[in-house]
Amino acid sequence: MNIHEYQAKELLAQHGVAVPSGHACQTVEQAVEVAKGLFDEGHSMIVIKSQIHAGGRGKGTFKSGFQGGVHLSRNLEDASAKIQSMLGEVLVTKQTGPEGRRVKTLLVASAESIVSELYLAVLLDRETSQPLIMASTEGGMDIEEVAEKSPEKIVKLQVDPSMGLMAHQARRIAAELQLPSGLIGQAAKCLMGVYQTFWECDASLVEINPFCIVEKADGSQAMAAVDAKISIDDNALYRHAAIQQMRDLGEEAPLEIEASRFDLNYIKLDGNIACLVNGAGLAMATMDIIKHYGGEPANFLDVGGGATTEQVTAAFRIILSDPNVKGILVNIFGGIMQCDVIAAGIVAAAKETNLSLPLVVRLEGNNVALGKEILENSGLSLVSGDSMADAAQKIVAAVG
Amino acid sequence: MSILVDSNTKVLVQGITGGFGGRHAKLSLDYGSQIVAGVTPGKGGQQFEERVPVFDTVSQAVEQTGATASAIFVPPPFAADAILEGVDADLDLVICITEGIPVKDMIRVKNAMKGCKTRLIGPNCPGLVTPGDGEDSKGGCRIGIAPGYIHKKGNIGVVSRSGTLTYEAVWQLTCKGVGQSTCVGIGGDPVNGTSHLDVIKMFNDDPDTHGIIMIGEIGGSAEEEAAAWIQEHCQKPVAGFIAGTTAPPGRRMGHAGAIVSGGKGTAEAKIAAFKDAGIHVAQTPSEMADVLLQAM
Repeated sequence: MNIHEYQAKELLAQHGVAVPSGHACQTVEQAVEVAKGLFDEGHSMIVIKSQIHAGGRGKGTFKSGFQGGVHLSRNLEDASAKIQSMLGEVLVTKQTGPEGRRVKTLLVASAESIVSELYLAVLLDRETSQPLIMASTEGGMDIEEVAEKSPEKIVKLQVDPSMGLMAHQARRIAAELQLPSGLIGQAAKCLMGVYQTFWECDASLVEINPFCIVEKADGSQAMAAVDAKISIDDNALYRHAAIQQMRDLGEEAPLEIEASRFDLNYIKLDGNIACLVNGAGLAMATMDIIKHYGGEPANFLDVGGGATTEQVTAAFRIILSDPNVKGILVNIFGGIMQCDVIAAGIVAAAKETNLSLPLVVRLEGNNVALGKEILENSGLSLVSGDSMADAAQKIVAAVG
Repeated sequence: MSILVDSNTKVLVQGITGGFGGRHAKLSLDYGSQIVAGVTPGKGGQQFEERVPVFDTVSQAVEQTGATASAIFVPPPFAADAILEGVDADLDLVICITEGIPVKDMIRVKNAMKGCKTRLIGPNCPGLVTPGDGEDSKGGCRIGIAPGYIHKKGNIGVVSRSGTLTYEAVWQLTCKGVGQSTCVGIGGDPVNGTSHLDVIKMFNDDPDTHGIIMIGEIGGSAEEEAAAWIQEHCQKPVAGFIAGTTAPPGRRMGHAGAIVSGGKGTAEAKIAAFKDAGIHVAQTPSEMADVLLQAM
């Protein structure tokens, strides 16, 4: 699960990471009030940031024509105008797709002058099954590009999960980032706080880009997490009630939200051949084989092993809610799933949704004979596939 | 022959009194697997199917029955603990079927298991099958959730991250009259106990495995790691299939480990690694058996 920048900063602040002072605002009045408060406190510059689950906000454009999803401001009148141009409008960035995202929240925060931009992230290293810290002097950029062009500029440290990130390790990273001696202590505290956020919140990624040296009003320098991105392991949400509350349904596709209500694993794609499969690997392979035979998959859908008739019917309804869908391929190899259960579910679902689109069903596995019998006796016009290849070719031909 | 398990392996089932665990323990019994004990804390003294004793702890079960392997059908919040209980009881093999264990729990489990003799397979896996001589391959060892009847005793090793794709490969082989030595599902999670490479090394050393089918998917670099080793060391023909060429980047495709992140873990890269290593690549899952048999 992804969360917004302002929520990520809340979690980081709870773990002792220095974040700029600011507040998330859902109304113009609130945003202007926060801006006024920051100016009154003595901050000469503030930043107004669109909160969406996508990057590239700074360079994005609102559908209204207003340029930029992130704006600096030096006075209240200017800030107020910018707030009004952003809040409630749809922002299009390189990562949102052409439809963009509506900005329902602005983060209004102090903006100290940035002396330098670094990069900091904590993630799982799949090769060692341990948390990995990645840090670089090349902040404010696409880290994948840095990894490709100048990998020597990325510092990596594996963390022993039973020890956590130790203070001396944090100081070493700070030194390798060429931070001045006076900032090493602060930076180490931030690094440890970032690691603790990752570990205690069950994150799959915590990324601070840029992680900055900033100059404060009094001329001294400090570390600050100027941007933050956190993804939480979906498998761990059950034990994080407060983080569950951070879910933003507006950032998820409606059909995917509906599917999650029924514990269905559904991802919408752009094609016109829908698939319903048991097992993630088989579901991916089904999308792949549709494409292989010249069709375009409309979705990924794994009904899992224990799918009930209710879930199968819900799955059909969700698939059919996608106006692009012109045909359905059901591919089931029953391990946990039993073929007679899925067959009964398909029949019920097809009848309840008054299915008139081409339907190809391929069944194999536990109780297959019974399953095939249920389909044959259903009175539905459906085509049986003998193998995956056969079924895929049949649905591609039927949809045309 | 086989790797890891055979008809002599004594298996206990953690979570045997739950619906899911119970159903598959029964199917394993029907298959002829030696399910000698069940473990559910608080239900010690009960009998499963009137013949399998249930114990409160894994240690008790091991002590009383000599079980050397465990199948774990325990819900996600308790599964990591169940794995470590099996390790603590010095089992040879722990196979964790459970899907949905938090990654952090598995990071801790894997770390805690370093230096222990127990091999973990999974989590989020369908288990493993060494087919037997009997009708519908009964008489072998089935641990987990795979349909028994699709197997046939023979000489092909199958290793896969996906359950249902494994069944596809196995059924294709069986339908062509070609049997399997052992079929191992390593599971779809990003942190797991046993990799493709671990299993392929075992197949390479097994005199009765003559060919290997390896099934992978997007995410991580396990397939690339295996491919590099295969190129240098593997004595047997390998056919491979990678699922997820059409998966959009950055999305978790069902399996927690099936995600292309930061441009890494793409199907294209894995397929290229397979080809470089001399692994015969099946373009579609329907060809997995044919591709291997042609190479043999």
